[in-house]
Amino acid sequence: MTAMLNVKDLRAYYGQVQALHGLSFSLNEGSLTTLLGANGAGKTTTLRAICNMVRSTGAIEFEGKPIGTRSTENVVRLGIAHVPQGRGTFTNMTVEENLQLGAISRSDTKAIGSDIERMYEHFPVLKQRYTQQAGTLSGGEQQMLAVARALMLRPRLMLLDEPSFGLAPLIVRDLFRILGKINREEKVTILVVEQNAQLALELADQAYVIETGRIVMSGNAKDIANNEDVRKSYLGY
Amino acid sequence: MELFANQVLAGIATGAIYACMALAVVMIYQAIDHLNFAQGEMAMFSTFVSWQLMQWGVPYWGAFVLTVAFSFAAGIVIERLLFKPLAKAPILTNVAGFIALYAIINSVAGLIWDFTIKQYPTPFGSSPFLGSQLISTHQAGMIGITLLMLVLLFFFFRFTRVGLAMRAAASLPESARLVGINTSWMIALGWGMASAIGSIAGMMIAPVVFLEPNMMLGVLIYGFAAAVLGGLTSPFGAVMGGFLVGIFENLVGTYIPGVGNELKLPIALALIIVVLVVKPAGLFGRAIVKRV
Repeated sequence: MTAMLNVKDLRAYYGQVQALHGLSFSLNEGSLTTLLGANGAGKTTTLRAICNMVRSTGAIEFEGKPIGTRSTENVVRLGIAHVPQGRGTFTNMTVEENLQLGAISRSDTKAIGSDIERMYEHFPVLKQRYTQQAGTLSGGEQQMLAVARALMLRPRLMLLDEPSFGLAPLIVRDLFRILGKINREEKVTILVVEQNAQLALELADQAYVIETGRIVMSGNAKDIANNEDVRKSYLGY
Repeated sequence: MELFANQVLAGIATGAIYACMALAVVMIYQAIDHLNFAQGEMAMFSTFVSWQLMQWGVPYWGAFVLTVAFSFAAGIVIERLLFKPLAKAPILTNVAGFIALYAIINSVAGLIWDFTIKQYPTPFGSSPFLGSQLISTHQAGMIGITLLMLVLLFFFFRFTRVGLAMRAAASLPESARLVGINTSWMIALGWGMASAIGSIAGMMIAPVVFLEPNMMLGVLIYGFAAAVLGGLTSPFGAVMGGFLVGIFENLVGTYIPGVGNELKLPIALALIIVVLVVKPAGLFGRAIVKRV
């Protein structure tokens, strides 16, 4: 397996404050990787740095090409979909318009209609509400919509920032089941940032643990789940 | 009753001017979240360009099309040169930029074409419309053109991908970038469209108010009033607001003693304040439903 995303010595800054202190990690093509860590550890910043939404230094390579200097929209156009924290839903537009926006940078316009239908198969609840203003959806439905919108890009890599945040446990299970399915069936490489470590480790095959802007542990998700320090710090048993 | 009906009709006729201008105001507000104080001057300048073309012998509709194209390009150039560098600056910096632009365009127009009043032709003629003395064929044509622009804008924003991308960039720039939209160019496009719409407004208004560098001064304030009344987020609201301001202004002038031509402009300003206090989203502005 080749590395699809290679991040080396990533340092990120908010004004004068340094949030990442030389982070290095890589994602294998087709993998489902989770990035774990406490509040403020730098998980969100890592994702934002990949999409060039925060000032950073270091090397980021996607499929062998350096992407560190590309603008956010040009990173996305390479096939990197980013589901941000808070979901980034276009609340004043309809569900269907949100899905169309997900595909707005694609040039194969003919296939968009059938892709929207495919999203409705993955997420039947969206089909029931396709003319509704997206802001009227429940939190869980909006998260489904955010994932569907990201998939409309036909991404090679999908970055998810705390998809479980604020959702009921049953809905989180459902969402993670769908993410696993997308990873297997649509061959989308996924990097998911999570505070819900237990679920994330069940789902993922690779895991990284991040503390104050540095990677402190990496490896197979099962091994990480069995690691005593991780269990005490993040799983609570 | 006939007086009332006549005044409403006359109000609609003047309202068409405001509606035209309000449409341009709303376009730019959608793109950049600010009111462009130089909007009226940009429209005035475009109108002078079309006048100059006609002086050189270009027929009316030829000059019309060339002017719209010129204004579209000029709007984009102004955004790229002046306001793109200010994109992250505080609002006040932008406001200062608008005022500077206002003064510059006004003076340059005066320098090139001087401040004397010029006649401006109408393509619709100026005979009474359907036998009514209150509304001329030009005013009817102007209403028609305004409504046509409104319909075209509606279809553009509702059914084209570029229109969807522009709406996305205006409502949530960060999310828009995350679906691959170049938000910076969407803003430039918004400037181009607002400038083009403004040029049409200018060319429609000029036969009524005569062509001179200060022709848009009052019109722009009415345009703001119309846009605020209708809702700054709604092109449809802006046009309706334009007609309503026109009607309101006429009725107040007719039925409230003491309000002559001198007090008409304060009415527009008072209307802005009342709407902002009572219903900030305007009559047709979209109140966004949010679940928390």
